[in-house]
Amino acid sequence: MATASATPSTTQLRVPPSLQQVAKLTRYQLREYVRSRRFLSLAAIIVAIGAILTTVVAYYHGTLGSLVTDNLAFYGTFWGGGVDLVIVLSAVFFGGDAIAGEFQNKTGYFLMGLPVRRATVYAAKYIAALLASIAMLGLYLAILLGNGAYYLHLNALPWQLGLSLVLALVYLGAVLGATFLFSSLFKTSAYGFVLTAILFLFGFTLIGDLITGLVKIEPWMVISYAESTIAGAFSANINWGLTATVSTSPFTGATSYSAGIAEGIVIMLVYLVGTAAAGLWLFEHEEFN
Amino acid sequence: MSPPAIETSELTKVFGRFTALDSLNLKIEGTKCVGFLGPNGAGKTTTLKLLTDMIFPTQGGCAINGISVQADRKRALADAGVLIESPEIYPSLTPNEALEMVADLRGVPVADRRDRIRSVLADVKMEEWANEKVGRFSKGMKQRINIAATLVHDPAVLLLDEPSTGLDPRGMAEVRSIVRELKRTRRLIFMSSHILSEVVDVCDEVALIDKGKLLFYDTLENVTSRFADGHRSVDVVLARPVPPAVVEQQVAKLPTVATADQLDPRRIRVRFSGGAEAQERLLEALVALRIGVLSVAESESALEEVYLSQVSRGD
Repeated sequence: MATASATPSTTQLRVPPSLQQVAKLTRYQLREYVRSRRFLSLAAIIVAIGAILTTVVAYYHGTLGSLVTDNLAFYGTFWGGGVDLVIVLSAVFFGGDAIAGEFQNKTGYFLMGLPVRRATVYAAKYIAALLASIAMLGLYLAILLGNGAYYLHLNALPWQLGLSLVLALVYLGAVLGATFLFSSLFKTSAYGFVLTAILFLFGFTLIGDLITGLVKIEPWMVISYAESTIAGAFSANINWGLTATVSTSPFTGATSYSAGIAEGIVIMLVYLVGTAAAGLWLFEHEEFN
Repeated sequence: MSPPAIETSELTKVFGRFTALDSLNLKIEGTKCVGFLGPNGAGKTTTLKLLTDMIFPTQGGCAINGISVQADRKRALADAGVLIESPEIYPSLTPNEALEMVADLRGVPVADRRDRIRSVLADVKMEEWANEKVGRFSKGMKQRINIAATLVHDPAVLLLDEPSTGLDPRGMAEVRSIVRELKRTRRLIFMSSHILSEVVDVCDEVALIDKGKLLFYDTLENVTSRFADGHRSVDVVLARPVPPAVVEQQVAKLPTVATADQLDPRRIRVRFSGGAEAQERLLEALVALRIGVLSVAESESALEEVYLSQVSRGD
């Protein structure tokens, strides 16, 4: 039996470098996600959204006009207009309790007994959540492509969809970064779920609208503003720049801002790096007590 | 190769206005089993969490095998098996997968991994559950897997926080048996417990802590003799019932014996003065009485008396 070996042999063991540990732990975390009920639940929600979308398009396609004949309009509406919900749901499902759950469910006590840096655990959980979320984006995209192939044929796939996909991935990274930060702030999973859902489903949008409406400045500090580039990628005149397009409504006189693609990417990357650094710092300093 | 070691230096932990641990200086070196005793809230788990970097010291520091836990947790924990506060394993993993993850992260060679996992699962009697999901297990079963996880890399240092917590009496006995077995294999085991019989049964040395302060750290033998007015107690188990008169007139009158109490017809508790030599002579004298001596073991009550006197003194 193992316990009867003459001398512990561990002194000959070499603990893998941290990067290798990140890859290994990511694999186990991802397995945990894929087997979890929440993975199946979210997949079911996305399939349900896709089913509704497919039914509506099939039933009303005669009256939808350019929506089912113009590839930019089709993907701009259904991908650009729907993917942010999939991203926020994925972040809530896979990131909401990623760190808080380690404290609340005491799984962290298992991991913290191992020779791994806290940053390794944080990075592995982040990457696993990112990969699980990408799988959900892939599912949603597959449903759209199925519909697109039927109505528009696959050769009508616009390059803007590729650009929008890249922007969606950057946004996903930023949303997950923020979700992990919220999750690190609390030792109770529910707070992470609720805060992420409230802020990303309508909180940030509300803040952005208030900033624009009340003080009439570009709400570049709000991530939902940058997220609008995902749909903006399908517009006829893409603003590639680092500055916003400013327009005034001829009816109300209200000023509105549309972020440029580069500007949106920068804002999202700043959120990603900032929230990841802050979340990691919190996790590094949080006690298991 | 230097012997396994654990060291704390002025280790202090304050939570708000509560001092959980107060300048703990403890140096444990060599291959042995040390029981870390104390009442609830004494600072046992706090010490173990500090030793594993789960919480951070307010002052001082600690090291495992000479490597500072605070400076480099990864290296410090490389040769340690840790079980603190009955951790939970990801519920969708099977014991095989959970232990594979541990082995993988600890760098156990792939070629040895399967055998090691099979072996430690056998040690904790969980082989037949190896491919069931941990989420379905009882608390006791999970604790067995946790114990297996501490052993999968064959560590030189084991830090165990009340390892028999949550186990039924059979499970507790098995944990003790595992720890006893581990003692034979040149390891340093540091085990917190408030089950005195467990400590007497498996530990060579004992450290008593109360209200965050270390009261003493010594061998079990020295502790019981030092705090019992120079007297020690042993429990004698007999093969057959012995008349009370024999206990009163013969056993109690043996040299060095202070008192002899009959616990039941086949058990006597003998309180005597002296060290190991006196105990040896006492054993010879008891055998010479031909009363059917089966075993003589350090009495749990001796440590219990020390525990109660020292802990209550602190109240």
